[in-house]
Amino acid sequence: MSITKEKDLSQIVETAVNRHGTHGDALIPILLEINEEYGHIPASALQDVSGKLHAGENGTVVSEGQLFSLASFYHMLSTKQRGEHVVQFCESAPCHVQGGRELRQAIQEYLGLAAGETSPDGKWTLVTTSCIGLCGVGPVIIIDEELYGNVTPEQLPDIFARYE
Amino acid sequence: MNFSRSMVLVSSDPESVRRGADEIYALFEKEIAARDMEGEISISRLTDTGRPDAAPIVVIYPEAVVYGPVNAENVKEIVEEHLYKGRVAEHLLAPTRELSGRIGWLKTRKGTLPAEKRIVLRRAGRIDPENIEEYIAEDGYQALAKALTGMKATEVIDVLKESGLQGRGGAGFPTGLKWSFVAGTQSEKKYVVCNADESEPGTFKDRVILEGDPLAIIEAMTIAGYAVGADEGFVYVRGEYKLAQNRLENAVKQAREYGLLGKNIMDTAFSFDIHIHSGAGAYICGEETALLESIEGKRGEPRSRPPYPTTEGLWGKPTLVNNVETLANVPPILLNGGQWYRQFGTPSSPGTKVYTILGNVNFTGLIEVPMGITLREVVNIYGQGMKDGATFKLAQTGGSSGSVIPASLQDTPMDFESFRKAGVSLGSGALLICDENTCVVDLALVLQKFFKFESCGKCTPCRVGTGRIHEILTGIVEGRGTLKDMENLDYLVDSLTRISNCGLGQTASVPINDVLKYFRPELEAHIKLGVCPCGVCPMSAPVKEPAAVA
Repeated sequence: MSITKEKDLSQIVETAVNRHGTHGDALIPILLEINEEYGHIPASALQDVSGKLHAGENGTVVSEGQLFSLASFYHMLSTKQRGEHVVQFCESAPCHVQGGRELRQAIQEYLGLAAGETSPDGKWTLVTTSCIGLCGVGPVIIIDEELYGNVTPEQLPDIFARYE
Repeated sequence: MNFSRSMVLVSSDPESVRRGADEIYALFEKEIAARDMEGEISISRLTDTGRPDAAPIVVIYPEAVVYGPVNAENVKEIVEEHLYKGRVAEHLLAPTRELSGRIGWLKTRKGTLPAEKRIVLRRAGRIDPENIEEYIAEDGYQALAKALTGMKATEVIDVLKESGLQGRGGAGFPTGLKWSFVAGTQSEKKYVVCNADESEPGTFKDRVILEGDPLAIIEAMTIAGYAVGADEGFVYVRGEYKLAQNRLENAVKQAREYGLLGKNIMDTAFSFDIHIHSGAGAYICGEETALLESIEGKRGEPRSRPPYPTTEGLWGKPTLVNNVETLANVPPILLNGGQWYRQFGTPSSPGTKVYTILGNVNFTGLIEVPMGITLREVVNIYGQGMKDGATFKLAQTGGSSGSVIPASLQDTPMDFESFRKAGVSLGSGALLICDENTCVVDLALVLQKFFKFESCGKCTPCRVGTGRIHEILTGIVEGRGTLKDMENLDYLVDSLTRISNCGLGQTASVPINDVLKYFRPELEAHIKLGVCPCGVCPMSAPVKEPAAVA
């Protein structure tokens, strides 16, 4: 989910609304698509979506505020800009007892970030995630869309070097 | 799959190892290899036999014969006589008096080695999940054909009731009964929803079913639609399961092309269609009413029940909500009959259950076994013993909201009824196995952090309670615990369980409650002595300053 500033935000919104329609069950899919294409959901996009849904045939009347309440509720949606690479760290119990405790410490030290922070140069964002169902190979981290299992603190320099 | 005809278990508790168990294990491998029997006989370690005086012990299945104490010279004879010629080496048997206590359960399993039985996972990994023809070739769509062409809707529900299938999402509600509720509600429009928002930490059974056999869910939902009188279905898949979503989309597309979804399925009057709906990252959406809210495009905040979804569900219409694993059981039951299903599992909980084995064991992964096997069997047989020969301390069943089960309860059969009697919950099928290096307070803290994070915030007991428990536990692991904390924890556990609005809050206190119940001394050691017995918690308390006078 790296930032693609080149892409035109209003174009992304239009494509998403056209694809998913204007019925109530389309709201979350629309927001997911914007988040995926743009990296996060800026306030202007929420305004845009709200306007398009009003205008649509059989459209649902949804205020910007309602859309923001969705975007801030679901963890996969971000209303804030994120770094170039997003590091997700699974902090659920199965990973925790299999060495996740030590790994978490090591990642925070390596990147110099606490969970939820973005590095000043905009390169890294570190977030924690709930279980992603890969517990058989825990502890697990995800960088952008790439999954890494059975990770040990010693492997971190090699893993992060791939994104330099 | 490779099935072994015999299984050799060598004890590996510290006493056995001191008396040469590792050497015996290696000798068994060598002797079995020497007779080219590696493919037929599996060897694993057995921990915690509870009989150090007869150590090292060797148990051979399926005869459930216990040898002991075994020394290196005996190995060749056991392999030669028992495994090769099929005769029990009588003079090497452990004395009968040694078979009491914990080792006794092994004898009771004589002839009934709890073998894997794959019903739900029978196709996963064996067929191309993206090719409907392979699915059809493996009995696919036969159950739907049988239902549509030869059965009334009520007959389909009767077969399910007869089978005794219970919901596999964790609560264990009788599936046939739920279907009959929806079928019995009069409405122009009804929905079938598959709950594939599998977010219980440590559970990934549904992911494997969806990725390995997506059409089984599509077929089962279509059958459900016919049985309850619905014409539209939703699969709510959690947002993180991208591959499962793609495979389901593809399955729906192919089913439509083959006339197995859409108008007039199999040229009958029945029409049904399915949408794949992605979640967006919220644990609470696994709660069925929160899930329905989320499909409708709202925040995933649970509704008050009643009315239940069976009468007022999606957009106020009667809705059947079933878990993935539950649905995957439906086609085979319909094909083979309710009585067939009852031959597996226990009388009160028929069928099989898919478990995920995780944590400090040698094998982590997925198994499908009849209901009613015990934790000890899971750890020693399927988990192939504890990692590094450590001792089994506790297991957490069913993800974050599951029970923390101490070693003393590991012989309780795992079925809904027995677990209810023992006061623990079976949950979604995750089995997190922890060794003696796991600190329960630290584990409880991690779990509580999860609930604090995932509480939707709608009702006060859950929003405040989960945060408060987390705060108290943080204080305890940092060495700031007081005895008053214990009282407060008891109080919070009680309030959360009684007055939270939905299952999240009501079960968020389950693990901490179990810690208070079974591991109180360990918790007290943190508070009274200021030490973590496992050496995990930081415990670096800043010196307590006297409270300032207000």
